[in-house]
Amino acid sequence: MSLAKRIEKALIDAARILSEPIHKRIEWARDEEKRLDGKSVGSKASIAVLEAILENLRISKNEWIPMCQDTGMFDVFVDVGRSYPLSHAEIEEAILTGCEKAAKNGYFRPSVVEEPLFGRKNTKTNTPPIIWWSLVEGKNVEINVLLKGFGSENTCATRMMNPTATEEQIVAAVADIVTLAGGKPCPPIFIGIGLGGTMERAAYLSKRALLREVGVPNSVERYAKLEEKILAGVQATGIGAGGLGGRITALNVAIEYEPTHIAGLPMGVSINCWADRIARVVWEG
Amino acid sequence: MKNLHLPIGEEDLRSLRAYDSVSFSGTLYVGRDQVHQRLVKLLEEGKPLPVELEGQAIYYMGPSPPLPGMIMGSCGPTTSARMDPFTPQLLGKGLKVLIGKGPRSQAVHDALKKEKAVYVQAFGGCGALYAKTIVSVEKVAFEDLGPEALLRLEVKDFPVIVAIDSHGGSVF
Repeated sequence: MSLAKRIEKALIDAARILSEPIHKRIEWARDEEKRLDGKSVGSKASIAVLEAILENLRISKNEWIPMCQDTGMFDVFVDVGRSYPLSHAEIEEAILTGCEKAAKNGYFRPSVVEEPLFGRKNTKTNTPPIIWWSLVEGKNVEINVLLKGFGSENTCATRMMNPTATEEQIVAAVADIVTLAGGKPCPPIFIGIGLGGTMERAAYLSKRALLREVGVPNSVERYAKLEEKILAGVQATGIGAGGLGGRITALNVAIEYEPTHIAGLPMGVSINCWADRIARVVWEG
Repeated sequence: MKNLHLPIGEEDLRSLRAYDSVSFSGTLYVGRDQVHQRLVKLLEEGKPLPVELEGQAIYYMGPSPPLPGMIMGSCGPTTSARMDPFTPQLLGKGLKVLIGKGPRSQAVHDALKKEKAVYVQAFGGCGALYAKTIVSVEKVAFEDLGPEALLRLEVKDFPVIVAIDSHGGSVF
């Protein structure tokens, strides 16, 4: 199968079936909501939302209907091995073809307009995709595509924190962003956080953090602990599934960090809905 | 779970309270950002609307294309807050049921109470589930908007949770 065909198939599947760890995490949220409360009106409504989500996923998989009408914008992360033998242009061509065909053959909603302010004419193809290139070790190409819905994208944020910011201030700033979002991003949500770099690099890192498999903490212990603290801080907001009040507001928090400037601590916070749709293709060079 | 008919009757509407689970059957309109902007522009210009809003329900939604053999694709709610700037004027024209997801502005809370109307939440992201509730689809106006056109739907057993009731009660 060509690279383009593999990308197309992965995208069409991703719009209908969540990865097993993500699906399990939603079941965990329902069980945890029942265990921690399950009696208050908000918690009961939250459980109804989580049950509806699980029923929706059954229908989506069995009847091949996209789980959400917002099939998202193609946000493509390409990691090219330094020893990969072929040209970047071929990879790009395969991505463009794969995205366009997935949108058509997968019955994706045309959700992309060709310019943002004047007229907002729909491109009708759900393209162009956003493509981010990185060089990594090895000879393979790994492509991860977020089908990024905009109910949640509209609630993402960057904050330029002070270089003297404490862990507690980071936790409070994320909780503030999540509180402001309320029920808009279809909670329970996934949270990706980028720390360091520059403003746009922190935002980029926050999206990369969303790509890490759910349940796998940051490999550096103090960042793994910070992920836990932020998750606890977000659950304490009480927003809950559907924003109706409940104990489980977020399903996961992942942080990626990089070097930054002495005068700053850029923070990007990406929020994804429960429909955390990621298509992943590894192409061996 | 209450089973109620749309368009909603006065008594049914007043019986709804925040957090109630409701299943709607009947007809509703579909319109999101661009439809709201256009309806309000027509009102401001003193021109007639393409549909009569009195007593009606509106669903904030833009569907994905239907699969072969289906009449509607994935069709869950979109974020309601983007409709906030336009909503009080449409409530003023008699709209009674708003269907979307997420919080609303204070102005919308106030207008719902004043006009005795309700805001209910559909389950966000559950487009496949709602596709199964659609009985018929009719394009009513603004067809040039593609997936954002104004539609009239007939639905059966369409599940929602009351978020803001007509008495000022709210889940927010």
